[in-house]
Amino acid sequence: MQSRREFLKTSALIGAATMGVSAVSNSKLKAASPESAAPAEHMGVLVDSTLCIGCRKCEWACKGAHGLPQGDFDSYEDRSVFKKMRRPDDTALTIVNEYKPNNLGDPDFDVKIQCMHCEHPACVSACIVGALSKEENGAVIWDTDKCIGCRYCMVACPFQVPAFEYQKALDPKIMKCDFCFDRQKEGKLPACVEICPVEALVFGKRVDLLEEAHRRLKNYPDKYFNHVYGEYEVGGTSWLYIGSENLSGKVFPKLGTETAPGVTESIQHGLFAYFVPPVALYALLGGIMYLTKKNEEED
Amino acid sequence: MQHYMEPAPVKIKYFTPGVIFISLIALNGIIFLLGRFIFGIGAVTNLNNQYPWGIWIGLDVGAGVALAAGGFTTAALGHIFHKDKYEVITRPALLTAMLGYTFVAMGVFTDIGRWYYIWHPLVFWNHSSPLFEVGICVMFYLTVLYIEFLPVVTERFIGNVKLPGALKRLNRPVDKLLRALDRGLDKTMFIFIIAGVVLSCLHQSSLGTLMVIAHSKMHPLWETPILPLLFLLSAFSVGFPMVIMESIAASRSFGLKPEKEVLSGLAGYVAPLLGVYLAFKIGDMAIRDTFKYLTEFNLQSVMFTIEVVVGFIIPFRMFMSKAVRESTTGLFIASFLVIFGVFLNRFNNFVIAYKPPYILDVYIPSFGEISVTLGFIAIEILLYRLLVRIFPVISQPNYGAAASAKFEIKGGSK
Ligand code: SF4
Ligand code: SF4
Repeated sequence: MQSRREFLKTSALIGAATMGVSAVSNSKLKAASPESAAPAEHMGVLVDSTLCIGCRKCEWACKGAHGLPQGDFDSYEDRSVFKKMRRPDDTALTIVNEYKPNNLGDPDFDVKIQCMHCEHPACVSACIVGALSKEENGAVIWDTDKCIGCRYCMVACPFQVPAFEYQKALDPKIMKCDFCFDRQKEGKLPACVEICPVEALVFGKRVDLLEEAHRRLKNYPDKYFNHVYGEYEVGGTSWLYIGSENLSGKVFPKLGTETAPGVTESIQHGLFAYFVPPVALYALLGGIMYLTKKNEEED
Repeated sequence: MQHYMEPAPVKIKYFTPGVIFISLIALNGIIFLLGRFIFGIGAVTNLNNQYPWGIWIGLDVGAGVALAAGGFTTAALGHIFHKDKYEVITRPALLTAMLGYTFVAMGVFTDIGRWYYIWHPLVFWNHSSPLFEVGICVMFYLTVLYIEFLPVVTERFIGNVKLPGALKRLNRPVDKLLRALDRGLDKTMFIFIIAGVVLSCLHQSSLGTLMVIAHSKMHPLWETPILPLLFLLSAFSVGFPMVIMESIAASRSFGLKPEKEVLSGLAGYVAPLLGVYLAFKIGDMAIRDTFKYLTEFNLQSVMFTIEVVVGFIIPFRMFMSKAVRESTTGLFIASFLVIFGVFLNRFNNFVIAYKPPYILDVYIPSFGEISVTLGFIAIEILLYRLLVRIFPVISQPNYGAAASAKFEIKGGSK
């Protein structure tokens, strides 16, 4: 931490940067949109898909931590599930998929998928009642006491993550990874990180993880494709990915660096800037009504 | 103000073979609706985790709100711009809007997973959510529509309160109450009329903002940050065609002569409104360079072409022609096309344009979903027929049997 402080002091970005120096060691910083800056206390997970062995123990642990039926521990060794691409849903908040490499001859690689815990989450911005929130530690969580089940969060999420319990007539829930919010409060690691036998998942402060990710990319340029997915995508995500090839467009959607809710929020705030536009329209219509009435009486 | 036409309850037999057929559709819808509430959304719909919104949002809500635009557009024309000749159509348009929005609310109630929390947006606010704004505006606007309809109710019953049996003694007090209410409404109605137009402009456009946040999943033929403007402009365009078609259909069904002069007058506004919409839509496409997606042959490009050509460009040309505007058939067809166009536009925006990055099962509306949507429309038609028999809504030649002329349309005449 000490050296980081030193660096900050000398950095040309002092002042403006204050909290969100997301990628100090990254030369791309100057080009980064301000949106990629995330509060320093945000936690994250660095997923290194070159280390992942596809054991799916994280799937098992996740279900256990969230009270979902886990099934037999040994059944997770069955690799035939990889034949199909799966998505997280209401029965499994995280899943591991296996992908064919671009270069024939390279080994298949596995990637764990769950909510990315966006720094500027579309789901939070969209939710009609504010049932979703970005917490101080970076987790995006859902509040069952508010949710009305409109599923707008599902429409909004660029990663297509939230799932809905369609089969339930009463109290259907929005199901998605909550970054083990309750476990983190107790000082525990997220269940998936804790169980991962090969440290393909590293839990830590997002800023530190970025540093670590770039260290790996720099030290092993042959092993990695030089991109940290989640560093800038939709303004940054708390979960970060590195892999042997470009994950953007293959594992994850190709997304720009602008935040997902950006345009919508500027439209909304423009329309409702201190209620001026609606009130002005009201006054205008009132004026027209009054004048046309008067004209009529004069006729 | 000379009224040779007076709104009065229409005198027709309620049940005809057509009405019985519509009742069956309504019944079928109600059965599936019960299924949805007893067994859950999954049991009745084909919605899934990739396609969270289907025709209940796209048609019942999206198209429903747009097609109810006849209410605020005629209110603006008749009461705010004081084009008096159009007052005869403000009441039927008001009734359609009132019913339309009631069923938009029903559609939302049916679609949301936790219907018993439908009031939550009143308590838990999320200012950045366009859905929150749509929700709040629709709730308020629905209230405003009911208030705007109240004078029609008071008019029907003032001097006419006939409570049965022991309640007879209350006849006079109730009558007094109605008169007081009527006077109060008379003085304040302009507040509600303007509020109705403002609320409409807000949520008609915000309905378009809904899909902006999903831009990475939207097909570029529809995706644009000016969606709210396009939604508003198309709502303006569809208001009068909706009133025209409804007027012609209602007069046919009730054996009246359609008010050609009024309808042709209304039709005169349609081409300019459509023109403005088309200018923005095509201009936006040119700027964003999205015409190139039309050269691909897929569901999206086909649906888009049908929408724009059949639903906007052809009726735009038709409404420009004087001959069309002066023929009942021409008016009917041209209006129908605009309605079809806007209907399809909402469906396309909410369903066809939505392309999730990972598709495991495609979404095709289930029989149950379609049944509920048709059922709601059927119930709306049945209620319309019922209400115009009870209340003075439809203007008819004054044979003396009509309601007292003293209580004519109140809105904005002060
Ligand atoms: S990935 Fe989707 S659900 Fe998760 S925080 Fe981002 S927008 Fe929300
Ligand atoms: S489904 Fe629930 S959490 Fe999602 S947007 Fe609607 S109210 Fe919010």
